[in-house]
Amino acid sequence: MTDATTGPATGPAAALYRSVALIRGFEQRAIELVRAKVVLGGIHPYTGQEAIAAGTCAALRPDDVITSTHRGHGHVLAKGADPARMMAELAGRTTGLNRGRGGSMHAADFGVGVLGANAIVGAAVPIAAGAAWAFRRAGSDRVALSYFGDGAVSQGVVLETFNLAALWRVPVVLVCENNGFATSMRTADTVAGSILGRAAAFGIPARTVDGTDPEAVLDATAEAVAHARTGRGPTLLECTTYRFDAHHTWEHTARPRYRTDAEVAAGRARDPLEIQGARIPATTRDAIDAELAELLDRAVRFACESPHPDPATALDHLYATGMRARAGAL
Amino acid sequence: MPNLSYLKALNRAIGDEMDRDPDVCVFGEDVGVAVTHATAGLLKRFGPERVLDTPISEQAFTSFATGAAMAGLRPLIEFQIPALLFLVFEQIANQAHKFSLMTGGQTRVPVTYLLPGSGSRESWAGQHSDHPYSLFAHVGVKTVVPATPSDAYGLLATAIRDDDPVVVFAPSGALGVREDVDFAGLAPVPLGVGRIHRGGTDVTVVAVGHLVHDALAVAEELAGSVSVEVFDPRSLFPFDWSGLAASLERTGRLVVVDDSNRSCGIGAEIVATAAEEMRLIAPPRRVTRPDGAVLPFARGLDLACQPTRAQLRAAVEKAVKAG
Repeated sequence: MTDATTGPATGPAAALYRSVALIRGFEQRAIELVRAKVVLGGIHPYTGQEAIAAGTCAALRPDDVITSTHRGHGHVLAKGADPARMMAELAGRTTGLNRGRGGSMHAADFGVGVLGANAIVGAAVPIAAGAAWAFRRAGSDRVALSYFGDGAVSQGVVLETFNLAALWRVPVVLVCENNGFATSMRTADTVAGSILGRAAAFGIPARTVDGTDPEAVLDATAEAVAHARTGRGPTLLECTTYRFDAHHTWEHTARPRYRTDAEVAAGRARDPLEIQGARIPATTRDAIDAELAELLDRAVRFACESPHPDPATALDHLYATGMRARAGAL
Repeated sequence: MPNLSYLKALNRAIGDEMDRDPDVCVFGEDVGVAVTHATAGLLKRFGPERVLDTPISEQAFTSFATGAAMAGLRPLIEFQIPALLFLVFEQIANQAHKFSLMTGGQTRVPVTYLLPGSGSRESWAGQHSDHPYSLFAHVGVKTVVPATPSDAYGLLATAIRDDDPVVVFAPSGALGVREDVDFAGLAPVPLGVGRIHRGGTDVTVVAVGHLVHDALAVAEELAGSVSVEVFDPRSLFPFDWSGLAASLERTGRLVVVDDSNRSCGIGAEIVATAAEEMRLIAPPRRVTRPDGAVLPFARGLDLACQPTRAQLRAAVEKAVKAG
């Protein structure tokens, strides 16, 4: 996998680096746009967790699907969404992935298999399982992959889905991003037993993966995807990681204290960008960085220059059938 | 002419739609043996890939159906008890219903939620007797409450074909209703189109679900003195506002009878809309369950909380006298 010595400009290692760097750069620009009040409502930064999105999506086919979380930018970008349209979505513009109707927590791109980020913790896990079941029923070998955080493993609907998925051998890959905190609560304070133990209870194969290493994530996901594709059902991957930034961008004003500076520094020391960057030639890395800088500058410009939606269209798409709801005032 | 029961009409609608469209599939608890009878014979006819007995995991299988719908299927979920809708309100109101708008129109969630036995079921007590259709109309989920076997058939068929989530409440008080029908004449009934079961000139009674039959009985009792028009909206969301307006043009008086709680119930919405926009020559009236009612177990107490024919008759007489 590592091509640091052979150094082609493209190749799996470089592609993984590019995916991590794209997400990192996107998040940094998105945070700037939050501060500039171009992106309202704030975001849940994915900084530090990029290896998971990059590694998992590298193991999927374009026709496979994912469901995502409130911290979903990385997943959506890694699956192939256009960064410019994603940025426009964060800015609430008509050119956004969801035409400005979803924003950060609901970004979806069905064209590349993103069935939507979801703002309710754990809520998208059964949705992924249902989609995966429908693929199998249609005779296809497509799979679904669902991301959720360590906080979601205490949600009933997630555990109910573990049961259903195992019982019916649903081709779904369950990816728990364990960043150590459910907002401010430490995993140890919210999870009785263990995350892997939850899978064991349902007979679901499970393993812990270094979620800061894109290649380790890719390898583990490839195995889980093959397991699902060949009709053997779900796998749980617990990817350990650390989020470098706040739970949400409002934290820079509220400043709740739930982790020490030393701990954050230690977490930041395991940086997926550096881990993967070290695996490719410096010249390749520089070329990718330059390409991404330009691409993301364009994305920001595209978002900022795109039109805001017409308020008269506020309830467009409320019904798939086009039914119009009554107005709130006459 | 064959005599069709309401329950058999539901069963027939599901079977016909499954025949017509291979993407229609059924999820639910005990649907294989058809504990409620609504799914009778379907497992044998369509097999276990289309009729799935689920574990008792309402929240998971409700959103599982959402995912299956996004991937191209048209699931119907049967819930044995209406109160389970409280458990899956998140999955329907906050997930399935919101995906079309939140994704900017990228997806649709054509799931039907069928409640065969909503409302009081003769002393099934507090957690088995709710009739929560107003909640779904409030959040904008398409909400249907058929009163007759042919409407049960037609509205359920339409719900299954609809590209949006639709909740179909089959009131337990209507399950025993039978109707002589020509099977060849059974057809989908559009949402948002009410039905006048009996024409009249003095007062419009809007009756929801099984209460249509009570309203017809009251109209008959009063036939010599008051001419009552019985208007059945059939779907509560969308609601046939123009049909109601046309009826009130004829009568100018309105009584709503609705087996849900009074405060913020669908009855309140009907009265408010009529007051704002329609012709009324007397104050409108409502007959509903009490505010915040929880149906008690003992039969007499259960009945004391439900709208009665006597209450409806009194409301009609007051409306007529007032105008």
